[in-house]
Amino acid sequence: MTIQTTETEARRAWMGLLAKAAPARLDALLGEVGDLPDFTWLRRPEAGGVMVRGRMGGTGQPFNLGEMTVTRCALQIAGGAVGHAYVQGRDKRHAEQAALVDALMQTERASDLRRTVLDRLAAERAARAEGRAAKAAATRVDFFTMVRGED
Amino acid sequence: MYVAVKGGERAIDNAHSWLAEERRGDTDIAELSIAQIREQLSIAVNRVMAEGSLYDPDLAALAIKQARGDMIEAIFLIRAYRTTLPRIGHSKPVDTGAMACDRRISATFKDAPGGQVLGPTFDYTHRLLDFKLAAEGELPETPKDAPLKGDMPRITEFLNRDGLIQSEDRGDETPPDMTRQPMEYPANRALRLQALTRGDEGFVLAMAYSTQRGYAKNHPFVGELRIGTVGVEMDIPELGFSVEIGELTLSECETVNQFTGSKTEPPQFTRGYGLVFGQSERKAISMALVDRALRWEELGEDNKGAPAQDEEFVLSHADNIQASGFLEHIKLPHYVDFQSELELVRKIRAEAMGAHREAAE
Repeated sequence: MTIQTTETEARRAWMGLLAKAAPARLDALLGEVGDLPDFTWLRRPEAGGVMVRGRMGGTGQPFNLGEMTVTRCALQIAGGAVGHAYVQGRDKRHAEQAALVDALMQTERASDLRRTVLDRLAAERAARAEGRAAKAAATRVDFFTMVRGED
Repeated sequence: MYVAVKGGERAIDNAHSWLAEERRGDTDIAELSIAQIREQLSIAVNRVMAEGSLYDPDLAALAIKQARGDMIEAIFLIRAYRTTLPRIGHSKPVDTGAMACDRRISATFKDAPGGQVLGPTFDYTHRLLDFKLAAEGELPETPKDAPLKGDMPRITEFLNRDGLIQSEDRGDETPPDMTRQPMEYPANRALRLQALTRGDEGFVLAMAYSTQRGYAKNHPFVGELRIGTVGVEMDIPELGFSVEIGELTLSECETVNQFTGSKTEPPQFTRGYGLVFGQSERKAISMALVDRALRWEELGEDNKGAPAQDEEFVLSHADNIQASGFLEHIKLPHYVDFQSELELVRKIRAEAMGAHREAAE
């Protein structure tokens, strides 16, 4: 993998994590980061709809399933880094904070943000998913044979 | 003679004030919050999202509160709101094969890899009222087990390996969008699936049930039913790559249907498909049955004249907002229309009575 695709993959991962984060949790974690830089808007937060597509039979041709709400914005922080956000829902502050993290992840403060915000969001997310998977596992059916007919 | 009038403004305002009071109910009882509706009436929230065709649990919960629990009114509110949202774009097709499943069952293969996972289901409950819920009580701890590792392969893939089931042609054709262009018949399968997934649950259920009772019978088995979360990915043009923009809970049903072959197709199993927002499995199964019934023509089956085979009938009556809009408008003032009918009837009646008198003389 080239350096550029590695960087793109890392950015895709954090943008996805920020998009799915609970706004209140992101706000709380960002509060621990310290001073946030000033920024100028390149695109003010705007809520809209994204048409979600599925595939026929799960694997065939696409069809339109219905829309979901998404809020997007773009901003530039002092120093020049540009942050983008596309987050689920209609929370404008969520989009603003996600874009700020995206911008800061392109600066020397990246490791601080990764530790304080992203790693914790990821760990909490993994724990939630693990919790649901564990409950699902407990509802798995174990079949056992009662009487076989051939005797 | 009827003279056109206007008025009623004061009556309407007062009616709406009273509506707000009735919505609130007895003020000695605590008011419902949006979060309570979202968390504790989640199946209702799911239905409003599916038929409102907008995935946003908070908005759906608000709509349910505003509509006093009238589901179709709530769906109407979501549809109206949806039209105010600018369309940002469309997602890549979601990968339901990678779903984090809360539930996954197959009625065709007992020992399916990944197992039969019941999830939080109403199935196998005794449907007896639980009076413990009427009192506040402690929640028992949910049992846990080691999370399942590995994939949950699609059941239909097993059949597909042996060529025993019709395969789906993967592709990336741009599907038609009924929210952008008016419906046109004949509709293709993509358009039918869009109309069915947002269609009224009761109507789609009744159509599916009619196929089971013998109208366009197609012997469905639930090959697989899965409910869980999937990520939604979208191409972001200004970045030049795609990112995940959120995740959804979806219900997916694949039916496996008996098929004896036709002039154009060999004997094999065929498929019906249902995919619906939220935990909505009754709707997903219904959708799959109706999808299969509507595929009669492409599979070279006979048109038995069954309602569920009639695409125009099914698709143009599946939408509960269109239906209730047209139905309920007849309660609004039609004074002028009716006045003309009244005059017409009086005139015809007078003529008929006159003719009758003449005949008697």
